[in-house]
Order: sequence, then C-alpha cells, then structure tokens
Amino acid sequence: MNARKPEQVVTPLTFTGIRKPLLEKLYLRMVRAREFEEKLYYLFLTTPMPGTMHQATGQEAVAVGVASALKKNDYVTSTHRGHAHCIAKDVPLDLMMAEMFARRNGVCKGMGGSMHLCDFSRGMLGAFGIVGSGIPIATGAALSSVYRGSKQVAVSFFGDGAINEGVFHEALNMASLWKLPVVYVIENNQYALSMPNEKVSAVTDLSSRGCGYNIPGITIDGNNVTEVYRTAKKAIDRARAGEGPFLLECITYRMRGHARFEPASYRDKDEVEEWKPFDPIKRFRETAIENNKMSEGELNAIDEQVKKEIEDAVAFAESGEKVGPKDYLQFIYEPNSTAGGAE
Amino acid sequence: MRKLSFAEAMREAMVQEMEADENVFLIGEDVGLFNGAFNVSNGMLKKFGPQRVIDTPISEAGFMGVGIGAALTGLRPIIEFQYSDFMFCAMDQIVNEAAKLRLMSGGQASVPVVLRAPQGATGRAAQHSQSVEAYFMHTPGLYVAVPATPYDAKGLMTAAMRMNDPVLIFEHKLLYGSASPGGGKAKSDKTISDIGTDVPEEQYIIPFGKASIRKSGEDVTVIATLVMLHRALAVANELEEEGISCEVIDPRTLVPLDEETILTSIKKTNRVVVVSEDVCRGGVCSELTSIITTRVFDYLDAPVVQVCADNTPIPFGPASEMSVIPQLDDIKGAILRVLKDN
Repeated sequence: MNARKPEQVVTPLTFTGIRKPLLEKLYLRMVRAREFEEKLYYLFLTTPMPGTMHQATGQEAVAVGVASALKKNDYVTSTHRGHAHCIAKDVPLDLMMAEMFARRNGVCKGMGGSMHLCDFSRGMLGAFGIVGSGIPIATGAALSSVYRGSKQVAVSFFGDGAINEGVFHEALNMASLWKLPVVYVIENNQYALSMPNEKVSAVTDLSSRGCGYNIPGITIDGNNVTEVYRTAKKAIDRARAGEGPFLLECITYRMRGHARFEPASYRDKDEVEEWKPFDPIKRFRETAIENNKMSEGELNAIDEQVKKEIEDAVAFAESGEKVGPKDYLQFIYEPNSTAGGAE
Repeated sequence: MRKLSFAEAMREAMVQEMEADENVFLIGEDVGLFNGAFNVSNGMLKKFGPQRVIDTPISEAGFMGVGIGAALTGLRPIIEFQYSDFMFCAMDQIVNEAAKLRLMSGGQASVPVVLRAPQGATGRAAQHSQSVEAYFMHTPGLYVAVPATPYDAKGLMTAAMRMNDPVLIFEHKLLYGSASPGGGKAKSDKTISDIGTDVPEEQYIIPFGKASIRKSGEDVTVIATLVMLHRALAVANELEEEGISCEVIDPRTLVPLDEETILTSIKKTNRVVVVSEDVCRGGVCSELTSIITTRVFDYLDAPVVQVCADNTPIPFGPASEMSVIPQLDDIKGAILRVLKDN
C-alpha cells in the first residue's frame, strides 16, 4: 500500500520542438516556485510568520507545464497548495510574499493569506482552501467564456484527494454536456494528506474517471515539464476550439509533508529517497545541459535572477504596512452598494 | 394599477433586467422546459433561449459553483434552487466560496449572484418545507431578502440583480399565487392579504435594509416576515376591532436589517412580538429578540414574545404540521400575552 515507484511513472524528458525562450520560461517559473517556498520554509523556521503553508516541492512541473500553455487572460483555479500555480500564472512574487507576511501591500491586502492567493488581473481566480471547491468555479468561468464569446479557457488544478468530492463529478458532467472550454488537471502527488491513492480511490487510474462523463483523459509523468506542457497545450487548444473539456492526470510526488513541518510519518522514508532523483528541476537541468539546449551558466544565471527576485520580494513585503485591526471592514460587502444594499 | 401575483412580479423583474443587461441569466433545475417548479420562469426559455435560461442536471453544488465562476468573470447569474431545502447540497459553495471571496481576495472579487429559493411549509414534509433563512443570516458576506408581496418581490429582486454581492431571496410557496406546472394551482392561504399586489410596469428598486411599516399602531409592535406577515396583519385587523392597536413591521430584508425602524417603533409601543416561520432555536426570532433586548431593553414593559416554529423537523401529518407552524391563534395569543404582562 504505497505510492507508485518512479519507474512506473517517469518518461524521458525531451526538448524537441520547444523553442529556447519557452524552455527558459519553464525553468524560470519552476525555480521561482521552488525558491519562493524554500524561502518561506526558512522564514517560518526563523521568524514569527503568520499562518501556515502547504508546499508543492517536487510538483512544480505540473503547475508550470500547464500554465505555460495558457494565455494571460485564461482562467485558473487552484488549491490550498497553490503557490506554484500562482507563480506559473505570473502573479508577482512581491505581491505574493507580502500576502504571506499579512501586509497591506499583499496581493489580497493581507485578507487571504497562503490558501486564498488570487490575482484577477492575471486570470488567477483563486486558491481555494476547501478541497475540490474550485472545480465547479472554473467550470463556471468556462461557461462565462462561451457566453461572452471571449475564447478564454479555464484550467482547474486540484489534487488526487479532490476527485472524491461530489463537485468533481457534478462539474465534469456539466462541462461535458455543455462542451465547455475547461481543462481539469489532477495534480496527483500520491497523497491526500496521509492517504495514498489506493486507500481512498476505488479506481486508481484517475484520468479514466473522465469516461463516466464522456471526457477524454490521459495520465502522464507530472515531473516531466515538457510532456506536461505538450499535453496541456493540446487539451487547451482543443478546448479553445470548442471541442470540450479534458481530464489530465499528472503524477508527481509530494516531497514534503502535507503542511509546513508535518513530518509525513505515515509513509516510508525510502520512498521519498527513490523519488528525489526525479525532481523536475534537477531533471530539467541535466537534460538541458546534456542536450546543449541551455548551458550551466545560463541555468545558473536564472537561479541568480530568482534569488534576487526573492530577496526583493521579501524586502517589498517587509516594507508593507501590517494589516490593521479593522482593515477587514471594507471587504465584507461592496462599500456603497449601488442598490442601497450596504450595511 | 395592474395587479400581479408574486410569481408574475418576480418573473417580470427577471425578464426586464435580462432585457436591460445581457450579462444576466437564469440557471437552475427545470427553469426552462418546465417553466420552474412554481411557474416563476414561465415563458423565459422561449423568450431568451437556452444560453440565458439554463436547465441544469440535479447538481446543486455544481451549478452553484458554476454560477460563482460566471459571476467572477463578468456575468450576473440568477440561480434558482427548486426548494430552499436543496440549498444545503450547495452549502460549501454558498457559505465558503460566494460569501467569502470578496474578503479573501482583498476586494478583487465580486460575486454578483442572486439565489432564489421557495420555502415554507405546505404539506410536503420535512425535506420540502423548511424555512432556512437563518442559516444564511449567520454567514457574513451574504444578503438575505424576504419579500412578502408582489410589489416587494419585483423591487427587491431588481435591486438584488444590480448588487455586487451574493443575495439570497426567499420566496414563500403560499405567496406565489401561481399554478405549478407539475400540479394544480398552488395551495393558497385565505389569510394572504392583497397588500402590495399593485405592481408598476416599469422597473423600480426597493433598497435593501428598509423595513416597511405595514400597519401603524400604538400598543404593540409586531415584526413578521413572508406568510407570517400576512397572518400578523390578519390578527392585527381583528384586534383593532377589539380596541387593540398593533404596529406591524415587515423587515423586507433580514441582512441588512433595518434596526432603526424596528427599534423606533418599540420605543413608542414598549411591547413587541416577533413572528417567523423558521424554528425558534438560532432563528430569525432569536436574532430579532437579541437585537431588541440588547439595544432597547429599558424601553420594554414586557418580555419579548416569540412566535415561531417548534424545534422539530416539519412533520407530514397536516395536524402536526399545523401545530408546528405558527397559526393565527398563536399570533393573537402572543399579542394578548405581551399586552397583559407587566
């Protein structure tokens, strides 16, 4: 009763047909996501940070591969483990970091925190803290796109745990009936908190669940950023062309515990070690250098750039005013509601 | 002026706003082909087509979420729940998402959805008879309206469709005055008064948070909503002949609540009866009593008297249902009691 072994999942990482600017973007976004969370992990250890966070360490290729196939005004819904999705959708690191610090200059004015990060100006409709809740909301954004004729596509990221929520089934059924431009991405990190797939899902080939709703699906190596990108691109292009929804299962591995400092004592430590060599960033670096697609120097330069961005983001966050005791009052209802509805 | 039934007034509000604003659409179970379980959306599918009058699968949580997603991206959905009891299937989407997105996003998100839901006891037993407004009054971020007349139905609905936060409109089945496509004419209550049946043809708005004094009086304030408003008025008219002067107030919206009108009346009459069809525990009456006793206790000459449903699921047997739901005699008894009490 354990997670899948890497050899059951991993496929060769190839860069064929992917131009260099895109390769650079994929790497940059993955490193940003990784370093953002690593910095926060350190800050949580050493400073009195508010709240908590759920890290996606090792899962970055899913967020980045999918979101890099989207347009800026396409929609994304995310989860409690949502930093990477936001970063992949280009939500600025400084605004995100300030939100983590509960500062007024945060992307959600310090009202949402890690589990509710969103940036409507970039189509990022929200990280939803309730498992599965973003699935019908992304579906509604897709309906809205059709209604307005705007050709936008919606992507809903959710974990393997979410597929046992009722709204997963309700939403997939409606999306299929109405041929909505939405791509459902199961980011299967193999654990729903402590529960491995086998213990909670009667069917463990998760993408096959699309069959019940006449939605095509496929299961791929979620630590292979180019495979994720290529597959997502096809699904997204198909959705944009009016051919309906798609169910994409990306198998990855949650390298950390469920939440900050949660030791994951319910799983075998050897399993984590087995997955370490298949870290998506490590694989990308090795393949890039091996195939002369990017030099070590170029990769290191991106690492350095991200380090600087993170430092700047922390400085931006620290420069922000702390959320005040009554800040929330302006956000409960729209102030001065047009229909005289405000309290 | 034209007389309209409640269902007709509600329909007219939706139709006129959909004509005026292409972003408004109706979604829910059986709202199109079937014209709505209580005939409220009669003819709307034909008029607006399937893109704007959307029949859904039986998936309350799913279509509530779809409505939220549409609202976050520029549309203004009207989401019909066939019975208010079914809203519980969508509780996460309503309470955790719609109500909280504005705050969680630091004001980036607006969720302009209007949720319409028929409620109240009409012989349909425990899962099709509840009055559920208090569950939602308890959730900051939602507005709650309880129109008791056709005039208010149109005015509050029109306001709701233009507001940028989630609004829940509870419609009492006994007030519709419409035929149900699935059955016969809705059972109506002979005590339903004809107040507010004159409905202007043009669009108008009733602002949220403005109570209506349905009858002015001196001796006792009676606060009641939906069908209970009509019952309270019937009792007040009867008592008037016995020389008792009741001031009957219809809050019209429970969130926001027009505390000023209510408390001003109580300062004048010094006695108050609160009437609601939902259960007493944690309900509308409890909330009104809490506000009254914490704000104007010194003005009260007698304890607040509450008339509300017993703390029980609604039983099927007609005699039991009648016993659970406040009747004319219960309201009358309460008024006489609050007047006697020193």
